[in-house]
Amino acid sequence: MKLIPSAAFLSAFTLLAGLAQAETVLQVTTDGNAETVAAMEALTAAYTAANPDVTFEIENRPGGAEGDNLVKTRLATGEAGDILQYNSGSLFQALDPAKNLADLSDIQGNVIDSFKSVVTASDGTVRGVPFGAAMGGGIYYNKNIYAELGLSVPKTWDEFMANNAKIKEAGKVAVATTFGDTWTSQLFVLGDYFNVQAEVPSFAADYTANKAKYATTPAAMRGFQYLEDVFKGGYMNEDFGAAKFDDGVRMVATGEAAHYPMLTFALGNIKQNFPENLEDVGFFAQPGPSADKNGLTVWMPAGLYVPAASENIEAAKAFLAFVASVEGCELMIKTNGATGPYLIKDCALPADVPAAVADMMPYFQAGATAPALEFLSPIKGPALEQITVEVGSGIRPTAEAAALYDQDVEKQAKQLGLPNW
Amino acid sequence: MSTSFSRARRRNMGIAATAVAFVVFILPFLFTFLMAVKTKKEAALFLFSWPSEWHFWANLTEVIKARNYMLLLAYFNSTVITVAAVAGLVVFGAMVGYVLQRRPSGWNRVIYAGVLMGLMVPPAVVPTIWVLQGLGLFKTIHGMVLIQVAYGLAFSVLLYRSFIGTIPRDLDEAAIIDGAKPLAIFFKVILPLLKPVTVTLIVVQSIAIFNDFTNPLYYLPGKDNVTVQLTLFNFQSQFQSQFNLLFMNILLVTIPPLLVFIFFNRQIVAGMTAGAVKG
Amino acid sequence: MTRRRSPYPYWFVLPAAVVFVTLFLVPTVASLWFSLTRWDLFEAHFIGLDNYRQFFKEPFLVQGLVNTLIYAVLTSGTKSVLGLLLAVLLTSGILWQGFLRSVVFFPVLVSTIGVGITFAALMHPTKGAINVALAYVGIDGPAWLSDPGLALYSVAFIDLWKGVGLATLIYIAGLAAISPDYYEAARIDGATRVQQFWRVTVPLVRPATVTVVTLSLIGGLRSFDIIWATTKGGPGFASDVLASVIYKQYQAGFYGLATAGNVILFALIAIIILPLTWWFNKREVDL
Repeated sequence: MKLIPSAAFLSAFTLLAGLAQAETVLQVTTDGNAETVAAMEALTAAYTAANPDVTFEIENRPGGAEGDNLVKTRLATGEAGDILQYNSGSLFQALDPAKNLADLSDIQGNVIDSFKSVVTASDGTVRGVPFGAAMGGGIYYNKNIYAELGLSVPKTWDEFMANNAKIKEAGKVAVATTFGDTWTSQLFVLGDYFNVQAEVPSFAADYTANKAKYATTPAAMRGFQYLEDVFKGGYMNEDFGAAKFDDGVRMVATGEAAHYPMLTFALGNIKQNFPENLEDVGFFAQPGPSADKNGLTVWMPAGLYVPAASENIEAAKAFLAFVASVEGCELMIKTNGATGPYLIKDCALPADVPAAVADMMPYFQAGATAPALEFLSPIKGPALEQITVEVGSGIRPTAEAAALYDQDVEKQAKQLGLPNW
Repeated sequence: MSTSFSRARRRNMGIAATAVAFVVFILPFLFTFLMAVKTKKEAALFLFSWPSEWHFWANLTEVIKARNYMLLLAYFNSTVITVAAVAGLVVFGAMVGYVLQRRPSGWNRVIYAGVLMGLMVPPAVVPTIWVLQGLGLFKTIHGMVLIQVAYGLAFSVLLYRSFIGTIPRDLDEAAIIDGAKPLAIFFKVILPLLKPVTVTLIVVQSIAIFNDFTNPLYYLPGKDNVTVQLTLFNFQSQFQSQFNLLFMNILLVTIPPLLVFIFFNRQIVAGMTAGAVKG
Repeated sequence: MTRRRSPYPYWFVLPAAVVFVTLFLVPTVASLWFSLTRWDLFEAHFIGLDNYRQFFKEPFLVQGLVNTLIYAVLTSGTKSVLGLLLAVLLTSGILWQGFLRSVVFFPVLVSTIGVGITFAALMHPTKGAINVALAYVGIDGPAWLSDPGLALYSVAFIDLWKGVGLATLIYIAGLAAISPDYYEAARIDGATRVQQFWRVTVPLVRPATVTVVTLSLIGGLRSFDIIWATTKGGPGFASDVLASVIYKQYQAGFYGLATAGNVILFALIAIIILPLTWWFNKREVDL
């Protein structure tokens, strides 16, 4: 007879546990970018529709370095919630992932290897799943201006500068420049990495090992020179120091400017704000000294991670497995459009991609891509964006800027406690 | 010196001062307001112009409804934090300032060093979070209140200390002779006399705390704990290309401090007349 | 007979002290230790004084230091002088005095982020209202916030715009404490209005001056949020001050280095403020 009450107790307990289960609320932290928010809202809504027992609370954190700071503070204090959206590559490594993030190795079935490698902790376990599409870093151009002036897509930097001269002659802005958002100033330097490694294949390894420097590697210093040349040519918009990322997107989309050096994620922005101009914008990789050795520098998308201190690791992993599935990938494409290749197996892009994506895909198909330096080396000097603003505003000459950046890199390497520094 | 200006002169100076104040102080607000009522396309031009179409209600409701009425929750949280913290700052700060001014001793140096440190040393975020976690105060509204009290105390003590010096000691002596207890002297005699400073402190600190952004960002994470400046920060990235909504949000979060000021402005004037600077 | 207790008991200090010590002093002292470490928030390795050495090697430290001093002296000086003049004007019974007091104080009410967004729009080099207005009278306005030679001063102006109302308010409260008898006596002695200002107002409003100067100078030396909301220290490093240099180390994840920078900033402020307050206090005893 004694069994009955305890059985009743047991069933009541499972019922309670079931109720508790029904109330699983996952805390999600993402950046505040409109595309990020839209994708996350679509994914969580679809997931809750299929699993009514799981709901989400999405919080937006600041982007950029302020966001880095906040993410680290919250991880260090065990208050980072259940799901975290954050950069892959060198920024991911700075989170001490082996200690702070949960192991996600068992939900990687659909994830392409090239992404796994940029979210792998020092112990060899994979700690993230991709969120969004891979991005190219290159130059957007306005097709109407190109057609009007009879220009063709440049294959070398000299051709690019020749185009700029003609555009300026026609009384138009050649290169939209948006130093009001300082991070946008880095593109000519970072987007040049395909050309750098084509000329100096060992640069990333030597740079990490404290053997190669920007100031003493002509191929690496060229990115700074490009910035200086564009400034000296007078090819920039008058308000280059105050204009923001959104202004740059508007300028190249509506034909106020002919070029805008940027990552391809900006297509989502064009799609949202200037849908009627989406087909007016084309894209090419940053040209270098040689037409034969030109290709695209590629950025991996951000990842989704589960903080190790989360109380709902299993529930969070189940959601991330959904994000990393073909279904989740297709949902993201549906929400934000196809801005580049997704890193999920069998997740094909639709046939009617925007013109700029169609321009980008051949680089992937021909294998003419290289990851950006931040995915090959843990060292990226934090002051690069200020230094590139200086070069691009004519405050500091190229050689001096490269040497200054080397100093900044040295500081970063020392703070990371790397060997050889 | 106030009585020595002639009536005409006072009028002319007032008109001249108003003209200057209009350009320097009012135009930026007018600009904010005009931006807030424009359409998205018109606001993006940044022009100081009359809106061709008024979108006041449309923009207002869109900002309030954004993120599931996040702004209303933020108003509530920020108000609770501000009121509680300012109450603490007034009472605690005045008590310290009072003892500091009235009872010179070796301890004064210690207290004064603490005050100066409080003013000068930038807070250490991560160790503070550890302390808050240890006390179970992290991510709580009352934890946030105590943080604001801790960070504002130095200013409060400094302000009270300098002005308690202007209150004659005879008043406390009289109360002491009447047999009043220290607490009674403080609350019944001293604190009422500090009204002009207290009003100043309430205005200044409530604005600072209401407008604080960094501290809630670190010490008060969580969607339910959102404060008004955090909404502005969120909207800044979300509305990057929608300046009309961004400026509407600025306008909306400025209203509560404005109300505080309008309410206490009379009290400042009243306190001033009691302080006998009469025309 | 028990000894009569002081009417100013020390326990009055207790509530404030408990909050202050737990939530401010303890974490601050703990952070001193971290300034001697290489600290990524997750692990701290003791590295002695390396962070201090590295900080003094910072390429922009000297410029940041000079900028900090310029900025602090400029904002503190203008706030004190303009604040006193405005306070005198706004207690002299001029037309619309109450309204003007409110207007001067309005900017204090707006958050730094709001002020930053508004002035970035007003000071925009091509579209901003300031340069559009200047163009009307034939002046080609500069890039206020993105010209390297001008950015720091533009930010100092915004700081003054936002902060002068507070200085004015403190001065108005200070003026309220001056008995009209003094002015009466000065007038009987035949003092002009200017003489009254120098002989009565300036000396007797001293407590307010001490408060305004001390607070605005410390605020100026520590100043960070307005700079961050407008130029982020830019263009390049042109408007960097000590606090923004430190914040950038913090952002970059160099927590030990940033903490060392904080200690240095604290030392700098102490070197400037302590003699000043000592001097102020000495004068107070003389009076």
